Amino acid sequence: MSMSRREFLHVLSAAAATGLPLGTALARPATAGAGFYEVPPFGQVHFLHFTDCHAQLMPLYFREPDMNIGVGAAAGRAPHLVGEHLLKAFGVKPGSLEAHAFTAIDFAEAARTYGQIGGFAHLATLVKRLRASRPGALLVDGGDTWQGSGLALWTRGQDMVDACKLLGVDVMAGHWEFTLGAERVQEIVEKDLKGHIDFVAQNIKTLDFGDPVFPPYSLREMNGVRVAVIGQAFPYTPIANPRYLMPEWTFGIQEESLQKTVDEVRGKGAQVVVLLSHNGMDVDLKLASRIRGLDAILGGHTHDAVPVPVLVANPGGRTLVTNAGSNGKFLGVLDFDVRNGHVADFRYRLLPVFSRLLPADPEMTAYIEKVRAPYGERLTEPLAVSESLLYRRGNFIGSFDQIILDALMEVRGAEIAFSPGFRWGTTILPGQTITREHVLEQTAITYPWTTLTEMTGETIKNILEDVCDNLFNPDPYYQQGGDMVRVGGLEYTCAPNEKMGRRIRSMRLKGKPIEADRKYKVAGWASVAEATRQTGGQPIWEVVEGWLKAKKTITPPRLNRPTIEGIAGNPGIGF
Amino acid sequence: MGYTRRQALKAGGSLGLFSALVALGLVKPGDAWAQAWNKGVFETKSVADALKALGASAPTMTADVIVTAPDIAENGAMVNVAAVSKLPKTQQIAYLIEKNPNTVTAVFDIPPGTLPEVQTRVKMGQTSNVMVLVKADGKYYAAQKEVKVTVGGCGG
Repeated sequence: MSMSRREFLHVLSAAAATGLPLGTALARPATAGAGFYEVPPFGQVHFLHFTDCHAQLMPLYFREPDMNIGVGAAAGRAPHLVGEHLLKAFGVKPGSLEAHAFTAIDFAEAARTYGQIGGFAHLATLVKRLRASRPGALLVDGGDTWQGSGLALWTRGQDMVDACKLLGVDVMAGHWEFTLGAERVQEIVEKDLKGHIDFVAQNIKTLDFGDPVFPPYSLREMNGVRVAVIGQAFPYTPIANPRYLMPEWTFGIQEESLQKTVDEVRGKGAQVVVLLSHNGMDVDLKLASRIRGLDAILGGHTHDAVPVPVLVANPGGRTLVTNAGSNGKFLGVLDFDVRNGHVADFRYRLLPVFSRLLPADPEMTAYIEKVRAPYGERLTEPLAVSESLLYRRGNFIGSFDQIILDALMEVRGAEIAFSPGFRWGTTILPGQTITREHVLEQTAITYPWTTLTEMTGETIKNILEDVCDNLFNPDPYYQQGGDMVRVGGLEYTCAPNEKMGRRIRSMRLKGKPIEADRKYKVAGWASVAEATRQTGGQPIWEVVEGWLKAKKTITPPRLNRPTIEGIAGNPGIGF
Repeated sequence: MGYTRRQALKAGGSLGLFSALVALGLVKPGDAWAQAWNKGVFETKSVADALKALGASAPTMTADVIVTAPDIAENGAMVNVAAVSKLPKTQQIAYLIEKNPNTVTAVFDIPPGTLPEVQTRVKMGQTSNVMVLVKADGKYYAAQKEVKVTVGGCGG
């Protein structure tokens, strides 16, 4: 397999040469789209891949992280490169469209120049164009599609199910889908998806006998080549999300079962085998080094926008590992040339979906208008105006998280607050009006209840250590793919390279050291414990909404970012 | 969608099927109580004491014993663990949970001619090594795997 990176760089520099540096008139015209999205077809097997769109039907802003620290073998390697380090590693020209798509550099200014990204109507146009040049191409969705917006929450995922059918998704995997509850997922799969979209998962089994819950793979013929897409759900769904929502299913990485599945589809004549994965990129990189017979892992979950695939050697040959970002911001295009029954060569592009450069597809626009109509006013109700950039992504804190924490502490009367380190959640530009829809884009989950708990200093430390190990355990199989729990009130120091139990240090509240035996009032939300269904307070969106309405103008929040120790020079830090 | 065994049992009536298995002689009433109960083994509080009580002070670590357990437990109260022994003349398979208050969770005697594969569910209060001890042809062998028990939440 020859590396297509050179060609990729060539295309990139060509795009950069057509202009589009920051602040020039060239950045705006809609006509710039034509060349930018021209991707010459290659070979005869084609995958179009998007993942983790988090139910974002409308165009939006999404700021990539300025902190994504890699530890152990992952330090300094994709996907743990941010900002200028990422540009340098992949040869992306500073100030270009791609630089804006892939990094957080000068985000607000660049976002105003280049406009919003994503939106299903614009994505649909791009999909149609690519399909026209690649007959037979499969559109695959890595999951986290039916959750992430008010509309998806209120329609229990139906808005997205119908949008994906219209978009022409062929195969999908899952994670947040399961937080709609096992029964709802099975209802959708049986009633809506049947005959349209194959919902595949090799790693979901019944807890009692270990029987498969969903078909493990989809076998297709494409331009005379037999192709298999194996599904991999997020392995730690019942741990990272409430187990009571899917109580009879067990997940896990399930390497052995995956190897058997690969062998089975190869036995059935598949010449191209890909894993549509919701593992997260670090897990995928390790998995690719241990499984034989996969041509590619099309990855998601960790929301990493990685412009160039990573080639991983394993006992069976080599496997391409990609990760296609989030929020409908990107579409991955993977072409394979198959010769003599094997993949001989490939091409890969991760195309940013710039709403201004791709005209909205009329059919999808009409659908979105129709599905939003009954909820429109409720969604777009203005709550407050933000003076500063509000975003979530980053290992430790985002400015929108800080708003949530500040609201939680004030409304619930707590001295400390915890907010989950989700990687979804859209971005608000300075001066933009925050609507109810924006708040739900940060909070729309099926277990939204807020809690107020008395915790000892020791318990607080144990929780922080536990979550931190899910992020920085050097073995990816022990990582869960979220970011660190966001912490309000409490200040601390974090040493990512240490072992569990020794990463969290110097915990202080208002300057005073936290005492192990003293009890502190801690507010939180999104508890995975079933009891909070009964005992939990007001949903988080009500708490935040009330707080925003009372303030009207939101001044820049003071970010409670911990002091980070022992990782100076790590290219996962971009500020 | 596949027809799972749970659905088969529901359809057939689980009690009826169980009776049928008894009638076929696949499950004998009283089977579980047939062996002598070694109480001392189950009261040990450390791996060293447990090995001693089982008569296996220094087992040989081997790749011929395969431990299957999750990397991270979905539910610490009920962790699925499985062991396969590839050692000839396997006589006994035991599960030892290093950090549990009582180390030994289960001991299976494997009669001659039985496939040495056993699966069970163990309760774990914290992250721990799960050790599988195998007695084969009078000698002791072991393999282990760490299972992480976490508070959960905050994923993705």
